Amino acid sequence: MNTIRSLLARREALLVLACLLLLAAITARFPAFSTPKNLAGVFNDTSILIMMALGQSAVILTKSIDLSVAANVALTGMTVAMLNNVAPGLPVVVLILVALGMGMLLGAINGFLVWWLDIPAIVVTLGTMTIFRGLAFVESGGAWVNAHEMSPAFLELPRALILGLPVLSWVGLLAVVLAAVLFTRTGLGRAFYATGGNAVAAVYAGIDIGKTRFLAFVLSGSVAGLCGYLWVSRYAVAYVDVASGFELDTIAACVIGGVSTIGGVGTVGGVVLGALFLGIIKNALPVIGISPFWQMAISGAIIITAVVINARGERVKGRIILRRKELPL
Amino acid sequence: MNAMLPTDTPTTEPILQMTGISKTFPGVKALSDVALELRPGYVTALIGENGAGKSTLVKILTGIYQPDGGSIRIDGKEVTLPTAEAAQELGITAIHQETVLFDELTVAENIYIGHQPRNRYGLIDWSAMHARAAAILHGIDAPISTRIRLKDLSIAQRHLVAIARALSIDARIVIMDEPTAALSYKEVEELFGIIDRLKKAGKAILFISHKFEEVWQICDYFAVFRDGGQVGAGRLDDVSHNDLVKMMVGRDVTQAFPKLPAEIGDTVLKVDGYCHPTEFDHVSLELRRGEILGLYGLVGAGRSEFCQALFGVTRPSAGTVSLSGKPITVHSPSDAIDAGIVYVPEERGRHGAITAMSIAANISLPSLKVTSRRNFLRMAEEFDLARKYAERLDLRAASLSQPVGTLSGGNQQKVVIGKWLATLPKVIILDEPTKGIDIGSKAAVHAFMSQLAVEGLAVIMVSSEIPEILGMSDRVIVMREGRMAGVFERAGLTPEALVRAATGNKEAAA
Amino acid sequence: MSDQSAVLSPRHIPDRLDSPLKRVLRSWETLLLAVAIAIAIANSLASPYFLDPWNLSDATFNFTEKAILALAMTFVIITGEIDLSVASIIALASTAMGAAAEAGAGTPVLLLIGLGVGFGCGLFNGFLVAKLGLPAIVATIGTMSLYRGIAYVVLGDQVYKNYPADFAVFGQGYAVWIFSIEFVTFLALAIVAGVVLHKTIFGRQVYAVGNNALAARFSGVRVRRIKFIVFLMTGVAAGLASVMLTSRLGSTRPSIAVGWELDAVTMAVLGGVGINGGTGNILGVVIAAFVMGLVTFGLGLLNVPGIVMSIFMGLMLILVIALPLVVQRLNNRRRAAR
Repeated sequence: MNTIRSLLARREALLVLACLLLLAAITARFPAFSTPKNLAGVFNDTSILIMMALGQSAVILTKSIDLSVAANVALTGMTVAMLNNVAPGLPVVVLILVALGMGMLLGAINGFLVWWLDIPAIVVTLGTMTIFRGLAFVESGGAWVNAHEMSPAFLELPRALILGLPVLSWVGLLAVVLAAVLFTRTGLGRAFYATGGNAVAAVYAGIDIGKTRFLAFVLSGSVAGLCGYLWVSRYAVAYVDVASGFELDTIAACVIGGVSTIGGVGTVGGVVLGALFLGIIKNALPVIGISPFWQMAISGAIIITAVVINARGERVKGRIILRRKELPL
Repeated sequence: MNAMLPTDTPTTEPILQMTGISKTFPGVKALSDVALELRPGYVTALIGENGAGKSTLVKILTGIYQPDGGSIRIDGKEVTLPTAEAAQELGITAIHQETVLFDELTVAENIYIGHQPRNRYGLIDWSAMHARAAAILHGIDAPISTRIRLKDLSIAQRHLVAIARALSIDARIVIMDEPTAALSYKEVEELFGIIDRLKKAGKAILFISHKFEEVWQICDYFAVFRDGGQVGAGRLDDVSHNDLVKMMVGRDVTQAFPKLPAEIGDTVLKVDGYCHPTEFDHVSLELRRGEILGLYGLVGAGRSEFCQALFGVTRPSAGTVSLSGKPITVHSPSDAIDAGIVYVPEERGRHGAITAMSIAANISLPSLKVTSRRNFLRMAEEFDLARKYAERLDLRAASLSQPVGTLSGGNQQKVVIGKWLATLPKVIILDEPTKGIDIGSKAAVHAFMSQLAVEGLAVIMVSSEIPEILGMSDRVIVMREGRMAGVFERAGLTPEALVRAATGNKEAAA
Repeated sequence: MSDQSAVLSPRHIPDRLDSPLKRVLRSWETLLLAVAIAIAIANSLASPYFLDPWNLSDATFNFTEKAILALAMTFVIITGEIDLSVASIIALASTAMGAAAEAGAGTPVLLLIGLGVGFGCGLFNGFLVAKLGLPAIVATIGTMSLYRGIAYVVLGDQVYKNYPADFAVFGQGYAVWIFSIEFVTFLALAIVAGVVLHKTIFGRQVYAVGNNALAARFSGVRVRRIKFIVFLMTGVAAGLASVMLTSRLGSTRPSIAVGWELDAVTMAVLGGVGINGGTGNILGVVIAAFVMGLVTFGLGLLNVPGIVMSIFMGLMLILVIALPLVVQRLNNRRRAAR
């Protein structure tokens, strides 16, 4: 009985339960929703959110925040779309590397300002958010890059099927695996937790907290850069307002997934489930017949609920002084 | 006497030599030209009053602070310790006075963070980590599961995890900063067993303490710090107890506590059966006007927690309080202040004063309704109030607009006390009032406390220093692990009785 | 002991060391004022239309509503919190007013509804952050989605346009000569905010909470109540801004005022309000509002598109915060090298 209770106390278990209940409720009225094909579609649709939420979670773990990720996507996406338009012969792999590299650079700018100049992350990314998006306007002149201006190879890659799943889904799965390894099996990943959990103790333990934060931003930026290509390719259009407001979705996914803004708390599983939860809702609304205009309000209500649940888990119970009857063994 | 010494020449070559070390912070010279030597296989005691510079030295040795001058030699070679990592790599590890670990991580990870065992692919090997952590904990007789989160452990257990961490780093120099502050008698014996094992393994140990009994029991060499300077060092065999005390205090140990006799009046505070779910259980006391009630116990015994509940910071789960016979409910600090109960916290910088704000703003903060007119601030009144109490407490500062954070520890304490006196309280609770304060200011605080009692205030003084408790209290309540362990009158009270009650030791640990 | 210069006996401790003039000259506000004047000069050189009084008056419209948000946001940020939902409150209040107008409500009722919805939203925010203790950043991200989301549910892609004619006075009316009602209201509120923040017990307690909420609580400050009140303030300010904006535009869309929360925060931070809490003053925020208004107006005269303007805003925000830190860093290095 105790194991079940302790299992349920884990955020991931609750989320799995929530997702299953949600699916059950939807399927009861619309059986077509839970066909493997449709569920795979939902996963595909949510891949980008999953990846970017993972990047954001690295930053939040170190007790920072990255508000510039969506603008990063817009800038890198516009850049590679324009490159593709101007030089369709350029191999897509090169464009992906450009997107990654550019995203990495943008992330490094954020990280540098937070590390070397000690400017609070929220201020830095508030500034870079508008700068990046503005630059997207400057380079494109406000013009769109439409589907017919993109090369077939450019558009084909995320949609190509491998073993029945689109490449986009595979990239998402790969990202989850890599994130899991990074967060739980590498020194850097554990340094994320340590830096956000107790910065002083992290210093005492020999961890360079400034560098750790910097690398978290580089990671977030790189992921956003890659997603820049994936986004414009998948939606077959590039314009300045791409992914507008998406940074809030990444934060929402993290919060729902149990990543705490006080730093040092959160798991890859939680983030993925949080993103999936949001993705299921987004896909279910049109199926149920709820107008898409409800999406924002529902999102907001879910975020608030998740934050309340998070807060209860974080409550400090007071120091433990009275000796317990059984020692924890 | 001392535990077994390794069988080599009486004077072994030191593994660590610090010479001429100085460190200055804004407004405070923490260390001035100190020297220290550590020898492998021996325990060196670092003795000194609070504020003598011991913790600063530890932070320099562990790479947290950089010295302003002086040199550090390990194995005869000059080294620098620019970061904590560098110190670790040179084989230096420390168990700090306050455990600096990660609440949300497991015990195993706390022990191995920063140097986790890897598998052949370079990835963290969790099962090896848990196995090794369990082995270390077993080796120090600590029955703690490696999978539990640190925040679920008690203070003593957290300390054991800190020790385990120090042992996990195969260090050659082990620093222990006041390691027995929170330990019961049995746990202290176990710690000494661990230290013995470390000695036999050839480690050099720095044992920082101001408890002489322990020093004589476990240490071989000594160094004494006073007011930031080193005033003596050598072999313990060559000195007597009184020699050490004289070096530590700098003068003959006569009455350093100018307690004036005060007229003790009626009961002003009565607490009955105060309980808290995790922090303390069934604490009751009666306090009279003009009385100083000492509250003694080990670190983590629950004294501060009880006082904070009295002050309204936390809510008790049961119990009643009455002031001058009238029952009161205290749900917040402002309730307590309105009733006339005030609290001077142990952590001056974090809870006592707002260090970024000025002296005047700090002193007037609880009294703004008095200094202001209909919610509008009147700066002249605030400065007047601040100056009045600055005078009364002999505060030393360049201006009243100076941020409190730039004052010395003693003067910061005066600001905090002044702030409360300005509210004209009936009961004042002082939590470790002289912690981290130099000797000169200490005597001033004691004299002042005495004066408060004479003027009719009722005083509760939480302290971990036996001389202070014995010297200042009219009565003493001892707490152990959240419960009351004894109530004593001043007459005929001995240190042994206090220690016995606080540690649960049947034989005196003097 | 202390290395302070001239530590005197307690009887003679002066109130202050610096002369008031020196303190003023070295302050952030003076720097900002210099920046404002520089921008004004640059603008007047760049465009002949700049110094026309009526053009300047028109320019104020683009920032007074945001500036009113910034005034209230200042209190929230100084206590160490943040309110990212203000723009969404504007949207929701506007939607409520639009619906009421459709139902035939008159201008006084609309004003009450606008302020009331703002108050209600602020109440909920305050409940979440102050009473439940949720981290403000994510709690207000949540309410940000919720409030605007409700506006979308009610309005969808429709527009409310049926406002009574005299409703336009708030956003389009003039008090005296070139000074619009919006501008005069903003100045009046700025004065009130300044007095409250710097001259009242409440204001002092706001600073105490922001500097060290724990120590403030230990000093008897009712921290939760203070935090609750400041969120009420941003709610009502957003309600007022909504009345003005809706009145100025004459219509309501759910996408109204998107991104304004960031402008409000930028204005405050530019004005010297430290994002971590505990520092800042109203004068700085007012000057920063003017700086941002001048930049926007000047660039607008040069036909620079809005989104490019925001690049300047972002750069300005970062540079203004970074430069003093860089200078300090270089100074420290020079001092250490000696």
